[in-house]
Amino acid sequence: MIYSILALSAFLSVITTIGIIFVLTTESAGFFKEVSFFEFLFGTRWEPLLEPKSFGVLPLVSGTITIVIGAGLIALPIGIMTAIYLSEYASPKTRSTIKPTLEILAGIPTVVYGYFALTFITPLIRTVFPATQIFNSASASIVVGIMILPMVASLCDDAIRSVPTSLRQGGFSMGATTFEVTKSIVVPGAFSGIIASFVLALSRAFGETMAVTLAAGATPNLTINPLESIQTMTAYIVQVSLGDTPAGGIEYQTIFAVGALLFFVTLSMNIFANHIMNKYREVHE
Amino acid sequence: MRTSNLDKRKKQEKRFHMLCKSLTWMSLVVLVILLTHVSVEGFSRLSLEFINSFPSRFAHKAGLKSALWGSVWLMGMVFLISVPLGVASAIYLEEYNSKSKISRLIEINISNLAGVPSVVYGILGLAIFVRFFGLDRSLLAGSMTMSLLILPVIIIASREALRTIPQSIRLGSLALGTTTWQTIWHHVLPPAVPGILTGIILAMSRAIGETAPLIMIGALTYVAFLPETPMDPFTTLPIQIFNWASRPQHAFQEVAAAGIIVLLTLLLFMNTAAVLIRYRAQKKCNW
Repeated sequence: MIYSILALSAFLSVITTIGIIFVLTTESAGFFKEVSFFEFLFGTRWEPLLEPKSFGVLPLVSGTITIVIGAGLIALPIGIMTAIYLSEYASPKTRSTIKPTLEILAGIPTVVYGYFALTFITPLIRTVFPATQIFNSASASIVVGIMILPMVASLCDDAIRSVPTSLRQGGFSMGATTFEVTKSIVVPGAFSGIIASFVLALSRAFGETMAVTLAAGATPNLTINPLESIQTMTAYIVQVSLGDTPAGGIEYQTIFAVGALLFFVTLSMNIFANHIMNKYREVHE
Repeated sequence: MRTSNLDKRKKQEKRFHMLCKSLTWMSLVVLVILLTHVSVEGFSRLSLEFINSFPSRFAHKAGLKSALWGSVWLMGMVFLISVPLGVASAIYLEEYNSKSKISRLIEINISNLAGVPSVVYGILGLAIFVRFFGLDRSLLAGSMTMSLLILPVIIIASREALRTIPQSIRLGSLALGTTTWQTIWHHVLPPAVPGILTGIILAMSRAIGETAPLIMIGALTYVAFLPETPMDPFTTLPIQIFNWASRPQHAFQEVAAAGIIVLLTLLLFMNTAAVLIRYRAQKKCNW
């Protein structure tokens, strides 16, 4: 009796996954009855709410990818450098200051980051580049970068710490500097863990919602200019549900099609990252 | 020749050290800037009146009473739903079936679920709870969606807490002829409670800041009453902050900052509690 209750609640997680996949496929099936798959994936105009309607998801995808690249450019180098500093250089005292700092940064709600981007970073960018629009992908990228930085740093830190000390000592005994040991022993040894942490963090940036909704704008715009307003896939989903769209219409179904794409991409990235992580765990043990 | 090479390497080492150091401290600088900015913007709006009044079209009258109580209601219901389910799942995976294929499958499934963007949970909640079960934009629909979102966090944390209990405790109890459940209930669960509680608090502090899934299920942005039953519509702190922050007037930005101060203070309390529980448990632990 107790056993079945326990088993049932454990199965809830499987049911959740099935539920997500079921909802996304059935609802977007309705969407793809009216819009061809090809038009959705390769169309360059996303105007589902205006006549004439157009359902090319590329502008949303390019908006999302702009954010992911921008956030990656900030978080990946700083994150790995932080991890290297924490594990190779820092005193325990520094570690005990930086670690909680990163945890706090990771715990701040995303809507707060959105506010920060809109009221602090955007004005800052605008003093340097006055032509910047109020909503722009640069500002959103920066906060998303800050947001995923703790994740990169702590996962890289784990990976780097799992490299055996004896390998480092081998390097030092040959007269290598810490930089040389890091470059040619520690980082190669932790490489798969580092890559996995990068992929996980980028997948998080891909699905990030509130900060980009607030800071990056709501104009599906096929552009690579970081100073212009764009719209990400997640921001579009939020925009539709903020407006009162009646259920069943094609506008309502678009959020499931976009959601399915979002789910598919982030899930693939997570599975890929977990796969690499499991592989590297076997190497060291 | 050789000394100059050594000099070069030493310089390189120094530069690398400095680079790592400055990039590392940057995160602290960013945190300080963020907190200072929010406090400077929002402090003047912070008052008892702000906490005790309903939202308004006018920035100087706007308050977050309904958002605060909405968040409290939501957290309470999320707690009631997700804690039993999460702890039960963890017990099943860790104590009953830790090596079987099914557990392995559930485990992979949970770690993948933990990486699903929160907005996707919102879509699930919208389709299942709001439309299919007809719960509409109620607290119940919101708290069930949010529970699904934080379940992976609770399960993972609870499993880790259960794993710290030494095997000898279980074997000792089982050797006296107890059933597996008696062993779990009387000997494994009690010492694991602090660890589980820490995980729960951290999961709840994630839930209290989540915005996107609640917007998806249609939590309102303007609520001028307090919820009285789980079927009532609601708003929460982050949604109210989002609403204020997205308005162009500067006065509303200040109100948003004041809301953020309240939200961050709540988070601070929750996290302090988690740290204290962990600290006390470490001191008491005697194996």
